[in-house]
Amino acid sequence: MSGRRLLEVEDLRVSFATPRGPLRAVQGVSLTLDQGKTLGIVGESGSGKTVLSRAIMGLLPRASTTQTGSVRYDGTELLNAPNDDLRKLWSTHIAMVFQDPMTSLNPVQRIGNQITEPLKIHLKLSKSEAKETALSLLMQVGIPSPVERYEAYPFELSGGMRQRVMIAIALACAPRLLMADEPTTGLDVTVQAQILDLLSQLQRDRDMAMILVTHDLGVVATRTDEIIVMYAGNVVERAPTNVLFKSMAMPYTEALLKSTPRIAEPSHTRLIAIEGRPPDLLNPPSGCPFSPRCPYAQERCHVEKPPLVEAEPGHSYACWYPLTTSDPAPSSPQPDPVPA
Amino acid sequence: MSSVSLTNPTNEAFADIKEEISAEEAADPTKKKLGVLFWICVAWIVLVALAATFASLLPLPNPDLGNYNSAQNAGPGWGHLLGTDDLYRDIFSRLIYGARVSLVVGFGGALIGLVVGGIPAMFSAYRRGRIDTALNTGSYVVLAFPAIVAVIAIVSFWGKSLFKITLVIGLFAAPLIFRVVRASTLSYATRDFVLAAKALGASDRRILSREILPNIMPTIVSFGLIAVATIVVLEGSLAFLGLSVPPPTPSWGNMLNEGSSLLTGAKGQTNPWLVIFPASAMFLLLISLNVVADKLRAYFDVSDIKL
Repeated sequence: MSGRRLLEVEDLRVSFATPRGPLRAVQGVSLTLDQGKTLGIVGESGSGKTVLSRAIMGLLPRASTTQTGSVRYDGTELLNAPNDDLRKLWSTHIAMVFQDPMTSLNPVQRIGNQITEPLKIHLKLSKSEAKETALSLLMQVGIPSPVERYEAYPFELSGGMRQRVMIAIALACAPRLLMADEPTTGLDVTVQAQILDLLSQLQRDRDMAMILVTHDLGVVATRTDEIIVMYAGNVVERAPTNVLFKSMAMPYTEALLKSTPRIAEPSHTRLIAIEGRPPDLLNPPSGCPFSPRCPYAQERCHVEKPPLVEAEPGHSYACWYPLTTSDPAPSSPQPDPVPA
Repeated sequence: MSSVSLTNPTNEAFADIKEEISAEEAADPTKKKLGVLFWICVAWIVLVALAATFASLLPLPNPDLGNYNSAQNAGPGWGHLLGTDDLYRDIFSRLIYGARVSLVVGFGGALIGLVVGGIPAMFSAYRRGRIDTALNTGSYVVLAFPAIVAVIAIVSFWGKSLFKITLVIGLFAAPLIFRVVRASTLSYATRDFVLAAKALGASDRRILSREILPNIMPTIVSFGLIAVATIVVLEGSLAFLGLSVPPPTPSWGNMLNEGSSLLTGAKGQTNPWLVIFPASAMFLLLISLNVVADKLRAYFDVSDIKL
């Protein structure tokens, strides 16, 4: 089942020119993705995950960013490739589902138009063929009475329905790689699970590769083959999904997991948040970027930046004192919730 | 719309409720309407335009030649609906032929402004970069120059034909239209749906025409109509100064100019109708254009619809 290598990203670095100096949003990320597999990219806001996914797509504005490294899709170099070349890949090979379905659809165009447009441009379908395909796509993404919805404007649909439409548009030209950038952030919790299940199901049906970007470890837990945890533009941990949850090594990953509310806990249990704020990327801390907020941080963490090392086959992390090894880390992993 | 059949009622409950709410909103009969006033104004503009277009087919006396059997400087009456001027010419006929000048200069100038200012504005705002900076600065430079003075200077040297006046005014309207179109393009160029369209492989031209243009169309239409009104006034001012189409061709502006001397009795006679009628015609056209523009803007304003 596991197909060939579809996507290979090597040492991708992205920085934005700002008046205060370069903002290094992505600092040397490498990843690979095989056909039919799902990769989860996890991190809090500002960790560089959206920039990373857009850089892979080639959607970042060229004028204000510097992008180095390499992004190879099926052997073709995408990074800094001319827009005309990328345009041939977009939608037919790589497609993206955006964060907010409320703003990702054109408010003044009918749903049907928006789905058939890429079909007509890329696949050169006739009007009636495109409509037929669009209706079957709407059906596949679970939109009730697709014939009526085909004529509807986006504001006539709920958020969940709109995200389904977005997915239908992204899948219209049968891409082999789907980038889903926080596809459920703008949605109700009940709808979130449906959308994610829908994505997973479509991905299996079409043997498509998928990159699922999210801030929620719970979202990627059951739906990915491999997970990359990002912090301040760096990959801090990378492991196959089951390995990551069995033996997470990076304190940040643990903190992310702990800050997810749990239903099993008694009500009014205090939600554990990660203390402090993500670092200023214009002026990153010396040493490990997570060290100022890390409950286990020691002298060395503040001074020396840990490299991303592959400790076990497939499992790499960037930490001097990983959790899994019996280290002089404090025995109680509970940080004091009251700031000092 | 309201008959929503969902496969999984428990899971889809939220979506279901939301859907019903938005469906109700869509079918709400108390939705915005254009109103009677809007249609009266549209009707007036259309009437003036039709009359001006088919003036030669209407049973009107020659606007440029007086009928010396008629009374001079007569008020409104049966023979001459709106009276005659001091050259025995029919005011009604002159008003209708004069509308041609106002409408051609007004709509023609606005159209030239839209083509010369609007289209570059969209590309400029979408692509940004140096060209945008250059065009933007250029538009400021032209705007800093008082348009009427420039137009007067150019027209008095170059000539006063209808075409030349339209072209010059249109070119001076372009930077203003450029600014408005650029601003509204900018506000859409960075929207998610534009990025989404780009990620689907749409070309720049396609994004501009299919994604952005429909969204800024309401702005373009309503601002375009205001531009028409402004240009009609500008042409009137030029004509009043004797710098528009040369007599005897009537235009509302030069009718005002000619009539003004008869307001004070400087020629031994007074005929206020000569000023009242062209001024009223202009007033009605302008207020119609402004009302239509304003109502359209409000009608298309989607800020109170949830996007």
